Amino acid sequence: MSDFVIIGAGPAGISAANESARYGVKVTLIDENNLPGGQLFTQTHKFFGSREHRAGVRGFQIGYDLIEEIKKLNVDVLLNTIVYGISADMEVKYITEGNSAKSIIAGNILISTGALEKPVVFKGWTKPGVMGAGAAQTMMNVHRVLPGRKVLMIGSGNVGLIVAYQLKQAGADVVGIIEAMPGIGGYKVHASKVRRIGIPILTSYTIKEAKGSTQVSSAVIVGVDKNLREIPGTEDEVKCDLICIAAGLKPFDELCWLLNLKFKYIGELGGFVPVHNDNLETSMENIYVAGDVAGVEEASTAMEEGRLAGVTVAQKLGYISDSQAGKLKGKIKNRLKYLRLGSFGRKRAEGKKKLTYK
Amino acid sequence: MRIKNHPILEDLKNRKKVYITVNGRKVEAYEGEPIAAAMYAAGIRVHRITPKYNEPRGIFCNRGRCTDCIMKVDGKPNVRTCTALVKNGMKVESIKGMGDWSE
Amino acid sequence: MRNKIKGKISNDSDAGIITLDEFKKIPGYPEDDDFSRGPIAVIECDQDIPCNPCEEICKYGAIKVGKPITNLPVLNTEKCRGCLKCITICPGLCIFVVYRDYTDKTSLIYIPYEFSPLPEKNTCVDVLNRRGEKICKGFIRKVIKLAGCNKTFVIGMEIPKRFYNTARHFKF
Repeated sequence: MSDFVIIGAGPAGISAANESARYGVKVTLIDENNLPGGQLFTQTHKFFGSREHRAGVRGFQIGYDLIEEIKKLNVDVLLNTIVYGISADMEVKYITEGNSAKSIIAGNILISTGALEKPVVFKGWTKPGVMGAGAAQTMMNVHRVLPGRKVLMIGSGNVGLIVAYQLKQAGADVVGIIEAMPGIGGYKVHASKVRRIGIPILTSYTIKEAKGSTQVSSAVIVGVDKNLREIPGTEDEVKCDLICIAAGLKPFDELCWLLNLKFKYIGELGGFVPVHNDNLETSMENIYVAGDVAGVEEASTAMEEGRLAGVTVAQKLGYISDSQAGKLKGKIKNRLKYLRLGSFGRKRAEGKKKLTYK
Repeated sequence: MRIKNHPILEDLKNRKKVYITVNGRKVEAYEGEPIAAAMYAAGIRVHRITPKYNEPRGIFCNRGRCTDCIMKVDGKPNVRTCTALVKNGMKVESIKGMGDWSE
Repeated sequence: MRNKIKGKISNDSDAGIITLDEFKKIPGYPEDDDFSRGPIAVIECDQDIPCNPCEEICKYGAIKVGKPITNLPVLNTEKCRGCLKCITICPGLCIFVVYRDYTDKTSLIYIPYEFSPLPEKNTCVDVLNRRGEKICKGFIRKVIKLAGCNKTFVIGMEIPKRFYNTARHFKF
């Protein structure tokens, strides 16, 4: 029996664990990886935001800081543990590191399983050497192995731009970033730093084919019109041994589907998102979502949502008073509001509004 | 290729070198890393072959989700090599299609 | 088949480059007189991203973002000392310090640098503009590791003066 079972120890899950355990909540934090931190450890760049969001600190350092905080609190951390199901009466079923099937009854559950990369399907996409941008990032930043020497990046959102820059830092040659839309998807400053180090960005281009016998040895790209249809005669073949796909993320919400939670399709947040109220409780009582699984945003919003879920559960279980919870939630929601300002944040804020119900 | 002197990340220290075999070939690896990382460092990117069209497959998601990287490890089939950690003396083999659990 | 992409490389506004004219519209972007006073920060940031570490790190109070933090940073050109700290904290790596009148004929451009190996002082390099195109030759005169810079080093490259508004990276 656990007061609060958190599934997914990325920035949202760890923040929820910290923000509830510190008030006395008995927390079990579960992750299928052998290290908590989620995607934070793949991030070598400095984060945006304000001091409270640890702006100017590199992603992986934020990961270490969060883990240090958990160590000081009495959180039960289960790593290399896969949650394969949750029953309607709050039984969380999992497979342990040692391969035995166990379960735990939870008073409250937070699903903070993050997001998955959306694939782009083209001829030859199954060849070795075609992988998600996150896959390449993990290989170089976590395992310190260069995933390829000559790279074509597909997608100019922040992930595509940042991973291209990181590939260059790791010693790869990035032949270019292609983007099907007429303009880039990510921040101009990310594009600027990629352009001035010599990486071309081609908008209104897509990938037609990955060629090679046992693995990728070249890519054929082709221009597209404003309806994203290929323009014949604009094909160009370029040598490369790695093609990274950075075409967006979608919530990784299989457990939510298994629980039969209510969903809504919100394009701005990555696809189907479990509906939740403004305290992150889903259509099922005592089940919460936070972080990218609740709508693809950023690590900073994931941390704040994790904190919000943590406070809500601590309040529900009576570890903090209603007025204390009110103050804490107010501060968190205010910070979330600030993170969702600006031309990038506004779209996400609108997505969240369509999603939440009172 | 293993990355040395990364401009941001410190070199990983104190990792014990071990050896695994991949389809009979001896491959250097470091304790604590997944099999796929050791294979990539050795330039091996083909993990398995598809049953119908004999197509080569390798890592795609690199986080245990897509199962494109499955191989037979120490006799056990369908192991996701992007998350399974190396052990000294480990025997890693390509499989055609899905491995046979009955073996 | 090529080693480089030949396709049409997008023009500046589609592909994320801010043109010099757009920068000059940013409040706080230094004017001619400001450059004549010595090294001065040039903040090439023109999107409303919630972000303000540059304001926090400047001990001369020369950068103002205020609230909400999506406001663009505004440089107070009188207060800026060109101390280089803001270069190292900007997550977008979009702050530079320009010492236009370093010598009669040359300028010194300080840029953020996060690659290895670091160049050695006095190395001759190809200087690149914002599009990564080579515009001239230059020399590395400073390789600076400020305390607390967390691996964002600062390189000072000496370039022919006429390129002070366009030189923003180098290759060696």
